[in-house]
Amino acid sequence: MDVPILLLAGTGLARGAIFAAFALALVLIWRAARIANFAQGAMATVSCYVAFHVTALTGNYWLGLAAALVSGAVLGWVVERGVMRFVDRSNPLAAVIVAIGLVMVLTSTLAIAFGADYRPMPAPFPREPIRIGDVAVISPYSLFVLAVVAVLMLALALLFTRTGVGLAMRAAAFAPEVSRLNGVRVDRMRTLGWTLSAAVGGLAALLVIPTELGLNPHAADLLFVYAFTVAIVGGLDSPVGAVVAGLAIGVILTFVTAFAGATFAPIAIVVILLGVLLVRPQGLFAAREARVA
Amino acid sequence: MTTTTTAARAADAGDAPMPSPADAPGPRPRFTATARGRYAVAAAGLVLAIGATFLLDPYRNYLLSLAAAYVCATAGLTILIGRTGQLSLGHAAFMATGAYGFALTSNALAEAGIEGPVLLLVPFLVAVIAATAFGTLVGAAGARLHGPYLAGLTLAIVLALPAVTSTFSGLLGGDQGLYVRTERRPEVLSAVIANEQWQAWVALVAAAIVLVLLAQLGRSPSGIRMQAVRDDTAAARLSGIDPFRVKVQAFAISAGAAGLGGAVLAYVTQAASPGAYGLSFSLFLLVAVVVGGTGTLPGAVWGALLLVLLPEAIAAVTDALPLPDDAVSRLDGNLAVLIFGALLVVIMIAAPRGIQGALVALRGRIRSRTTRTTST
Repeated sequence: MDVPILLLAGTGLARGAIFAAFALALVLIWRAARIANFAQGAMATVSCYVAFHVTALTGNYWLGLAAALVSGAVLGWVVERGVMRFVDRSNPLAAVIVAIGLVMVLTSTLAIAFGADYRPMPAPFPREPIRIGDVAVISPYSLFVLAVVAVLMLALALLFTRTGVGLAMRAAAFAPEVSRLNGVRVDRMRTLGWTLSAAVGGLAALLVIPTELGLNPHAADLLFVYAFTVAIVGGLDSPVGAVVAGLAIGVILTFVTAFAGATFAPIAIVVILLGVLLVRPQGLFAAREARVA
Repeated sequence: MTTTTTAARAADAGDAPMPSPADAPGPRPRFTATARGRYAVAAAGLVLAIGATFLLDPYRNYLLSLAAAYVCATAGLTILIGRTGQLSLGHAAFMATGAYGFALTSNALAEAGIEGPVLLLVPFLVAVIAATAFGTLVGAAGARLHGPYLAGLTLAIVLALPAVTSTFSGLLGGDQGLYVRTERRPEVLSAVIANEQWQAWVALVAAAIVLVLLAQLGRSPSGIRMQAVRDDTAAARLSGIDPFRVKVQAFAISAGAAGLGGAVLAYVTQAASPGAYGLSFSLFLLVAVVVGGTGTLPGAVWGALLLVLLPEAIAAVTDALPLPDDAVSRLDGNLAVLIFGALLVVIMIAAPRGIQGALVALRGRIRSRTTRTTST
């Protein structure tokens, strides 16, 4: 068989960019609130259902995409203000357990409301690869994904390094007491972190679903696991780590899928996780201290 | 490190300054200060439960067997979370390891024409060994990690389970799973009791063994070392404790208990399939632990009973309501997940000590009232 290395690499990079975006959403909440948001996959799936229905009603993909962003932001706000705010912060397991409860509530509500069938999600650009001569290079949809994620990363980088709000968010996460004394509304910054993160997560899930089986209440379960792996490999504290590890794992998984079949991908993830944790537990980018926090 | 100290402290309902009686099984834990007392309580509880199987019809005995199998897993998980502060979302995977270990061994023995006690006991032994070995591996990878990281690793493992069974479908039977040939009840008993009742006995004995051993563990030096590592890793290390070894040990024991639970399920249902050990079920185990009362063995029993009884109650209600078939099929299963998820959130925020915490508080209130009335 002639292996389209270039095409696989391009598809892998696009997938990896989505993992990176989703992992970045995890990093956002981790840095804002020191919570690993296990509900992020389920929250993103809710956004995708909103997008699906908006697109189905209006026939316009871009309105659906906007709806995913907005509904993600609203959901993030609601979850932080309505639930996470009341979690015992002295117990780091409490937030994880509450988030797991949210996953169960959200996915079962979706399944009750819409059923468990896979619904095909439309892609705004063809997924057939462009050919240069006889060589399949990359699909327009992969290019679109890469562009969206690049814009997203750039916007987030600008927000955090060039704006007052970004500075306040970083300060609130890094030194809440001192920030409060300096007039930063720390609670508000934490809510903003959740809002941003959930919007990013919704967008990432919306990008990945056309390349998978379709929309389903559990559509983002594996995406969450992949992104969490990315976060472990890259370090939950490190946005750069999330991007690099995301791209690498996207490419690895795409090659694994191409050579060993799609069912093997989850096993490959566990092997990567076990391998990284046994051999290099401090991750590739984060300081060791961050992992025991 | 300070976060670690407080970490599981709040998650552990049995964390009273006095050796709390809450960790031992049985309805009268006040008398369980000694190991002999715990054996006595466990034996009495086992005799009572076995007596109860005579009053139940075969289906209810089957439900009792399920609850006993769940107790093995929830007891192992509650010790892991409560004692060492390690959160596993993947205990269903260890149950599956036990179930497949049981199935493969039992089928191989039956194929070889072996019957009797060997066919009954050896598969259970192999199941526990397999799950303990897998737990040691995962525990070693996870021991350097805390809360969220370890939870992510175990989540990945339970989601990879269907991929494992379909990759090795020749051995593990793919999505269909395996049919398990098991040793039935002894000839002597076949005139007296139904097979469901016999299965309930086997399951209850397994649950009793797990509860007694884990209660012993809690009192033993190993149990104290686990708490020391959870409360202050640095101080524990200064006292000559190896935190890595203690955590791996706890994970292996917990996985072994879950493996026995999975083996009991395989024995009772005569099947081992990936669908039975999915993500929802794995999260249900966590719900059972938290709702029952994290870190307490009686809490693990309450939680396991809830896992069996609540879906039954929901099914009874949805069957009784005049709903269209479509709505019933959507509610089937999902409504239980919804209620369990909501319970998890509410209990975690409003009553983190769970049912057992509430019972202990209630008993304390009654006792203080009676002492007040006798002293005046």
